[in-house]
Amino acid sequence: MGVGIEVEDLNAWYGQTHTLKGINLQIPANSATALIGPSGCGKSTFVRCLNRMHETNPVARAEGTVRVGNVDIYKDASPVEVRRRIGMVFERPNPFPTMSIYDNVASGLKLNGFRNKRVLDEVVERSLRQAALWDEVKDHLKSKSGASLSGGQQQRLCIARAIAVDPEVLLMDEPASALDPVSTAKIEDLIFQLKDEYTIVIVTHNMQQAARVAEKTGFFLSGHLVEFDSTHKIFTNPSDKRTEDYITGRFG
Amino acid sequence: MQRGSGGVADRTFAALMLGCALSIFAIVALILGILILRSRLSLHEFGFSFFLRSDWDPVRGSFGAVPFIWGTLASAFLALLIAVPLALGVAVFINEMCPRALRTPISFLTELLAAIPSVVYGLWAIFVLVPIMRRSVGPFLKKFFGWTGLFHGPNFGIGLLTASMILAIMVLPVISSIARDVIKAVPNTQREGVLALGATRWEMVRIGVLRNARIGIVGAVILGLGRALGETMAVTMVIGNHAAIPKSLFAPAYTLASVIANEFTEATGDLYLSALIEIGLALFLVTIVVNAIARLLVFMVTRGNTARAV
Repeated sequence: MGVGIEVEDLNAWYGQTHTLKGINLQIPANSATALIGPSGCGKSTFVRCLNRMHETNPVARAEGTVRVGNVDIYKDASPVEVRRRIGMVFERPNPFPTMSIYDNVASGLKLNGFRNKRVLDEVVERSLRQAALWDEVKDHLKSKSGASLSGGQQQRLCIARAIAVDPEVLLMDEPASALDPVSTAKIEDLIFQLKDEYTIVIVTHNMQQAARVAEKTGFFLSGHLVEFDSTHKIFTNPSDKRTEDYITGRFG
Repeated sequence: MQRGSGGVADRTFAALMLGCALSIFAIVALILGILILRSRLSLHEFGFSFFLRSDWDPVRGSFGAVPFIWGTLASAFLALLIAVPLALGVAVFINEMCPRALRTPISFLTELLAAIPSVVYGLWAIFVLVPIMRRSVGPFLKKFFGWTGLFHGPNFGIGLLTASMILAIMVLPVISSIARDVIKAVPNTQREGVLALGATRWEMVRIGVLRNARIGIVGAVILGLGRALGETMAVTMVIGNHAAIPKSLFAPAYTLASVIANEFTEATGDLYLSALIEIGLALFLVTIVVNAIARLLVFMVTRGNTARAV
């Protein structure tokens, strides 16, 4: 089951550039939350701070409190532990090309020390079904490479890989922006189904996508969280003038 | 006629490039042809048994290549055994862990190793490595790994193991610089993909980096092997130059390249000279066969597995 996320006064820097400025928000459990905003507004940095992925960049640093469930991920856990509980899907599908489809999905479990074949088989099937990929790949699970799939299938494989370890939160950084419209629709359907079981945070450039999949939407602009409210309110009656300008296409 | 649209220029250029490409075949064929032609005396005298006989007695005119083939293969593979883990360590460190400020100096120094002439390595080995082997490393290995049976017999400091160590140092820059480039070419999204699953740094290197780069790394090792097989001067200076199959890693040995370098100037008699040229032919064939096997291995890995290099 998913857990909620509380962010208090989060600031982030890349070198000298202050990319996130005092972010406060509460993401409800078991729902989809969309983050929108123009390029470079800090929304990707923000999700990367939620699983401490920004730390893989040596010049990046963050300050503030992020509580996932009741764990303060900057104080009470190591980055490795944090990332085991918080799955992530990236903009470009990145299946492991030297592994079969099966091994791709099982890779996270194997990292966690699961070796029991029966358990692995079960989890791989369940994850691929959840990711709506099972029927397309079940006949060559072990004979085909993860890289042999189409772009949309690869992205669903990456989603299966992320949910195989049963994370509490699933972060998606523009998961459909490199895909064609049909694959995008499939990913959106998937998000719709997955949010019953996981807390989903999705960064997107595509405002219709946010409107379609998310209960809540946050609008970022130059490192500030301008407005965070129910998706319906953001897209019909935003409180902030800048949000209105953005969603009506006046800039960005 | 418009400039550049001329068929003549295009055709000339194509012919020129074809000539360049064909010249590679011509060079290989010529080398092989000359080697066979000049070793025909020995070929005629011993036939194929030259590659199966293990005596090398210029006085009685009896020649066989087995000890040299053995010495060449053993020293080259031992060298790889030492060099490959080191080279991969260097390559991984430079790409994945090294502070930015150290990256260039370390890369530069590793590549500098490749620029040192082979004879200088030989001198260094004689004055530094050999005494160390005789006084410290040799007795240590004998004491703790004597039970393997690989380290019995007298240890004079020169011999198969010392030659392999100097070879390892010489092939290290070749392997590590290619492995470094291959590892650098692994897309960052792969590293992030593994890290996002909760991998430690070592797991990230193993799954996200080395696994993706493995085919290129095998290529790097093959190039290192090629250099180790043909290396002459430094090996000749420390391997002991004794034409017998070594019974221990401390025992002196002889390689195909060393025997040519050592005995070519003093080869009296047509059969002796011819036998030495046939040793050259043997080296040529050993290199080709080893490379072919290595390439076959790569082919089998890439085709048999679902894997594809990134």
